[in-house]
Amino acid sequence: MTTSPDVPNQGFRLSQLIYDTRYRSLTIQTITLILVLMGFGWLIDNTIQNLEVLGKDFNFSFLWNRAGYDVGQTLIPYTNDSTHARAALVGLFNTLWVSFLGCFAATVLGIFVGVLRLSHNWLIARIMTVFVEVFRNIPVLMWILISLAVLTEASPQPRDFKVNPETGVANAEMLLFDSVAITNRYTAVPSADFTRGFAPIETPLAPISVNFLICLGVVLASIWANKRLLAHATVIQETSGVRPVTWWKSALILFAPLVMVLYALGFDIHEPVLKGFNFTDGTNVSNALVALWLGLTLYTASYIAEIVRAGIMAVSKGQSEAASALGLRPNRTMKLVILPQALRVIVPPLISQYLNLTKNSSLAIAVGYADLRATLGGTTLNQTGRELESILLMMLIYLAISLTISGVMNLYNRSVKLKER
Amino acid sequence: MSEQNTSSVAYVRDTMLPQQPAPSNQTGALKWMRENLFSGWLNTVLTLAGIGLVYWLVTHFYPWFAHSVWDANSLKECREIVTTAYGADATGACWGVIRERWHQFMFGFYDPALYWRPLLTFGLLLVVIGPILFTENQRNRAAFMVFGGLFALVSMALVGTSAAILALSAGIMAATGALIFGRFAYAMLAAAAFPLVAIFLLWGGSAWTVLFIGFGFVIGWLLLSGFARMGSIIAVVAAIVGTILFWLISGGAFGTDHLFGGQSLVEALASAVPLSIEAQGSDRFGGFLLAVTIGVGGIAMSLPMGVVLALGRQSNMFLIKSLSVIFIEFIRGVPLITLLFVASLLLNYFLPPGTQFDIILRVMILVTMFSAAYIAEVVRGGLAALPRGQYEAADALGLDYWRAQRLIILPQALKISIPGIVSTFIGMFKDTTLVVFVGLFDPLKGIPDFIRSVFEWKGIYWEPFVFVGLIFFIFNFSMSRYSMYLENRLKRDHR
Repeated sequence: MTTSPDVPNQGFRLSQLIYDTRYRSLTIQTITLILVLMGFGWLIDNTIQNLEVLGKDFNFSFLWNRAGYDVGQTLIPYTNDSTHARAALVGLFNTLWVSFLGCFAATVLGIFVGVLRLSHNWLIARIMTVFVEVFRNIPVLMWILISLAVLTEASPQPRDFKVNPETGVANAEMLLFDSVAITNRYTAVPSADFTRGFAPIETPLAPISVNFLICLGVVLASIWANKRLLAHATVIQETSGVRPVTWWKSALILFAPLVMVLYALGFDIHEPVLKGFNFTDGTNVSNALVALWLGLTLYTASYIAEIVRAGIMAVSKGQSEAASALGLRPNRTMKLVILPQALRVIVPPLISQYLNLTKNSSLAIAVGYADLRATLGGTTLNQTGRELESILLMMLIYLAISLTISGVMNLYNRSVKLKER
Repeated sequence: MSEQNTSSVAYVRDTMLPQQPAPSNQTGALKWMRENLFSGWLNTVLTLAGIGLVYWLVTHFYPWFAHSVWDANSLKECREIVTTAYGADATGACWGVIRERWHQFMFGFYDPALYWRPLLTFGLLLVVIGPILFTENQRNRAAFMVFGGLFALVSMALVGTSAAILALSAGIMAATGALIFGRFAYAMLAAAAFPLVAIFLLWGGSAWTVLFIGFGFVIGWLLLSGFARMGSIIAVVAAIVGTILFWLISGGAFGTDHLFGGQSLVEALASAVPLSIEAQGSDRFGGFLLAVTIGVGGIAMSLPMGVVLALGRQSNMFLIKSLSVIFIEFIRGVPLITLLFVASLLLNYFLPPGTQFDIILRVMILVTMFSAAYIAEVVRGGLAALPRGQYEAADALGLDYWRAQRLIILPQALKISIPGIVSTFIGMFKDTTLVVFVGLFDPLKGIPDFIRSVFEWKGIYWEPFVFVGLIFFIFNFSMSRYSMYLENRLKRDHR
């Protein structure tokens, strides 16, 4: 690569553009740039011609027109008088909501299965292996469709939950201490509200629940106070050599304020109750959401289980042996030695699974859940006939979600990166 | 200790006691169960829970399987048979739908008389990739190729292929296998030529089109080696330009169609020497034929593109690197379903007005781009895993970039990447089911929905799920096992 100083100076020749390493990369990049620009120009030119033939133009003003269609499930206020942009936003929130629920449940289930798969219990380890292999080798679409079929074809009707006055028995029973009812039209779950709460703040985007913000603030403050308590305990331990007992103080700090605030706001849980032919009082979650959530959870959990297992196995045996040699008890070994090292292996692929789950949530198309694809890329697209704008916008939104998630992953990676000598 | 014993112990036994059998709870099944199932209260609870789960699954699903009905022509008939045989409350699987419609699950709407063509293609695929998948172990390679060929032949016989075609297919597969068994370079050549053969066998029609596509590649290769002395860049440019020119001219561009009376060279040849087999349009593809075609086709076409993208991403040139990164991250950042919508709704916007082409081809282009981005990341991992010394050694030998990549870097990097490529393929194969949303008949939703649309099979859900799920499981499970086997072997190679 280095040029020797005694190169005879012959002036610039054209062949240097190709044969001289100093100029070659510039030549190649220029040619590539020209080719890429030409390619894009060709595509754009074609698009303009095609749009002209069809008598269409390329603008996004349709987003501010009245949508005129209803959306089954909305997290933010929406009526059919709202705009297409609002409908897209409803879809986006639904996508994020099912992704969040899916990521949460898949993580819990995945950790459970992954840890149990490492168990010394022969039977349990085998069952978990079967779980993982079955769920990850069959397309996620199938799990979503099966979940939907189970819910709609094999579940009782709401009226089957009615207790027959003569026999005193119902045809179907609710689950989890009479709090959840799975029916063929929806799943009734308990809902919660604040009887003495504050009114929500109205913003153009969505009403913000003050009660929720208060609870969140209290929880964050409790966590912060608990951290201070533990730090204080560590200081005492370092000076006196004895660690003060903190567990009951921690429990008090963490839970007492929240319970008091919830009580003050009149927090109340309503269990679903059958009235007539339908459940009321609770929240009736559409089966589309439940099926999508269940399918995504089971499929992704099988991947997360493998990630967790691989992460724990990646910590060499010598580490736990060294920890016991130092006299650490098993739970401290896990907390101080194994987990920090395993997490470094686990978290990056875990986050890429979250990314996959979010992208797979677009399979809502199979069950009719109103996600971004269904509103912006579905009804809006069909009503306005603006395929180009709708699909491009939809891709950009998905891209933004993905880039945000991978940005978080990069931040994490940087923070836990081994500080090498 | 022993000194103490000699002085303080009055009697020391000098003969051994006869050996006793171990206590009964320290041997055999009892010991195994104590150690593996009931070693503590937690394990006992887990075991009992596991037994409970298995019991629940068996009691719920066994009767359904046990009451299977194969001999029925509608769901109603099935239910009647089950009810008369096992009582009013009994449920039973109705496999009659599989017996009646298995060919649609497998081949979609392909002409039943021509089922041998997809099967022969599949057999050839297995034979051709055998030497690539099993590079070192000759016995495994031979077993894989022989079983692949036999599987195809037996399936062909089962769908009623004539003896002549069976013999011909056996001959083709045996000849190909014998030719490439011990020669890796031939195997690579055969794998490169296979897609053309597959296109010809699957879609049928005139052989000339496929032959001319192949000729184009040969001409490109000749130009590449002919111009190699003038530098790799010039050779690559010459090869690309020459190949494209050849295709354009044989397709009738630049007014060459006037030479053959308004026909292109290919059309003229086809009408003069009709080397053709019966054509099967894309609308006839469905079921696993469609899934395998899109999956294998997508991966095969995306490999070269993925390697180029991976090299681009590793490049020192800013523009090349950023273009590769943008492409890869864009494709990986959006769901496949949006890309499929691009294929079905937007691709016509991006191409010259009036361009109309096949939906499977459109889907395949987008699927190729999709998997190329993933393959690029896998190959990049392989490139990064190579020790720095390999790059430095290539530089020290004075090899230029392309020679270094071709002779030293890529052979090693691709070899490390094979498990990742197989995993990508598994993902790809599962994702092919999404094509149902652009109106194609995938085996998971498209075909079952089609079957449910007739009155006889209205409301049949579980049997198609079980059948299709089982096939997906067998395919993907065996591929993931292969990938694990390879990973273990590569680990031994490198440490």
